Amino acid sequence: MSVVTNTTTIGAIEAPSRRNTELGLLAFAVVIPVFAYLNVGLALDGKIPAGMLGYGLGVGLLAGIAHLAVRKFAPYADPLLLPLATLLNGLGLVLIWRLDQSPRLIRRAEALFGAYSPDAPKQLMYSAIAVALFVAVLMVLKDHRILQRYTYISMAAALVLLILPMFFPAVNGAKIWISIGGFTIQPGEFAKIIIAIFFSGYLMVKRDALALASRRFMGMYLPRGRDLGPILAIWAMSILILVFETDLGTSLLFFGLFVIMLYVATERTSWIVFGLLMSVAGAVGVASFEPHVQSRVNAWLDPFACYQTDVTGACQQIGDALLSFGSGGTLGTGLGQGNSDLIGFAANADFILTTVGEEFGLAGTMAFLMIYGLIVERGVRTALAARDPFGKLLAIGLSGAFAIQVFVVAGGVMGLIPLTGMTMPFVAYGGSSVLANWALIGVLIRISDTARRPAPAPAPSPDAEMTQVVRP
Amino acid sequence: MSELTLTVMRLGFLAVLWLFVIVAVQVIRSDLFGTRVTQRGSRRSGDARPQQARQSAAPPQQRQQQGGRQRRGAPTKLVVSEGSLTGTTVALQGQTITLGRAHDSTIVLDDDYASSRHARIYPDRDGQWIVEDLGSTNGTYLDRTRLTTPTPIALGAPIRIGKTVIELRK
Repeated sequence: MSVVTNTTTIGAIEAPSRRNTELGLLAFAVVIPVFAYLNVGLALDGKIPAGMLGYGLGVGLLAGIAHLAVRKFAPYADPLLLPLATLLNGLGLVLIWRLDQSPRLIRRAEALFGAYSPDAPKQLMYSAIAVALFVAVLMVLKDHRILQRYTYISMAAALVLLILPMFFPAVNGAKIWISIGGFTIQPGEFAKIIIAIFFSGYLMVKRDALALASRRFMGMYLPRGRDLGPILAIWAMSILILVFETDLGTSLLFFGLFVIMLYVATERTSWIVFGLLMSVAGAVGVASFEPHVQSRVNAWLDPFACYQTDVTGACQQIGDALLSFGSGGTLGTGLGQGNSDLIGFAANADFILTTVGEEFGLAGTMAFLMIYGLIVERGVRTALAARDPFGKLLAIGLSGAFAIQVFVVAGGVMGLIPLTGMTMPFVAYGGSSVLANWALIGVLIRISDTARRPAPAPAPSPDAEMTQVVRP
Repeated sequence: MSELTLTVMRLGFLAVLWLFVIVAVQVIRSDLFGTRVTQRGSRRSGDARPQQARQSAAPPQQRQQQGGRQRRGAPTKLVVSEGSLTGTTVALQGQTITLGRAHDSTIVLDDDYASSRHARIYPDRDGQWIVEDLGSTNGTYLDRTRLTTPTPIALGAPIRIGKTVIELRK
């Protein structure tokens, strides 16, 4: 008895392009910062801020251009990356503008530099350049696999970018800037993208040697000495950065990035164990004799001791940041009503998260971290969907670098790890950071476009043409 | 500005921020793609097992994707009418359907008498569906005749592969 009892329909679902979803989210992501801008103006002056229309139009225009570029050049790209980045950038602009209005910071700037200039217009200009760079990445980079050709060139370029700041004078105790004709650039921000390209190209070729040629010892796979070479070289390089440029953040970023990508490429847990041990050893070793790093570690161990010993106020930042987070509470004081500007130095750059923590509270900080987490998630998702190993590794590397950077800054500001000089991606004030992170999102969007693009229809086989079907 | 307005704005901002996060997560949820398998309830409860009877209680959620330009009278689906996959249908949208035990086949046959790449069914230039035996061990039969060349399929004609019988339906 053949009775049809259970019917199953199998149909292929094409990956949709999701561009309209992206547009909707993008509109939402522009409206939120405008609302925040209004909120700041009402809280500070009791009236609608004058620049609101221009600001909203500026952010909206940038978002629109970026969206059109994605629609044109990467129609199947992930729908979330662009709105998330736009929201963070827009909110960052509002926070920088809010700190520009702070009388304390204006007085401080006038006392130190003799003049005060607001940072928000400059940041808006940097964002415009960054979106232009984003569009340029999408236009020029038609296929991310082209980057694979430049594996060793990008290694050399990254080394040059990392070494360059050594020849320029230290700014605020860290040699991470180079200045060309009045512009200061932080090459480390760009180096993280370039070094991710090198790691993916290198590991794609060497991963089998690294994964399989190993001895088993106490449940762990010990790699051979010659395969340890590159990891030792990178380790030495990051320690050298740490020593000569006293830049804990960048060295942590590079070493962490290498360990993540090694783990993803080889699937060997032993690399993580090695990496953690080596980074701990390196950090402890450097911290014990480098005074700049040492003072950061001391401030981390006992942030409130600084108020008694240190009169210059340089190490009180962490204590100030913790007080700022504390006074924000769960729901925050409201935009424009906090006192995070007391931190003074780098309040709108490295320490911008304290303003988030104080004025949006725990709820807002968690939302920010969620947005960062979603960007990383989309990056990892892109890596899973990518079909070629180079694209997989590159997507993992870029999102890993992004995640490490957020962790290092947020952890440093919150007192979880010693403070390092890095910027909160998209939110913090700084041209290099905004430019580099928009370029990073551009590369991720390119990879996700390739990964989600439906497979082309198979070419008709030559035999099919020759076969004649005889109709009865 | 009154304290109340500012408090409302503060809480409103947090709500909007979280709303954005939730909407973004919803987009991720709806962003899954791949193969959609729709279970439909039993048509006749002749020998339906209890599990399937429960499924039949659910309203049939069937959104048949119709091919855009299809001739009248052209088959729209391929139905397995005998064998272990009885009841499976595949919408015909101009794509080639491969049959066999290989995992990348459109219809993976769990049939001892089927070869791993047994046969394929594809439309020719006029939209006529053709079945072609891909050099299988036990052969593909259309009605009673074993296929030697690619042959057009009539509507409702049984194609037999091992214990499995499939046919095209409107």
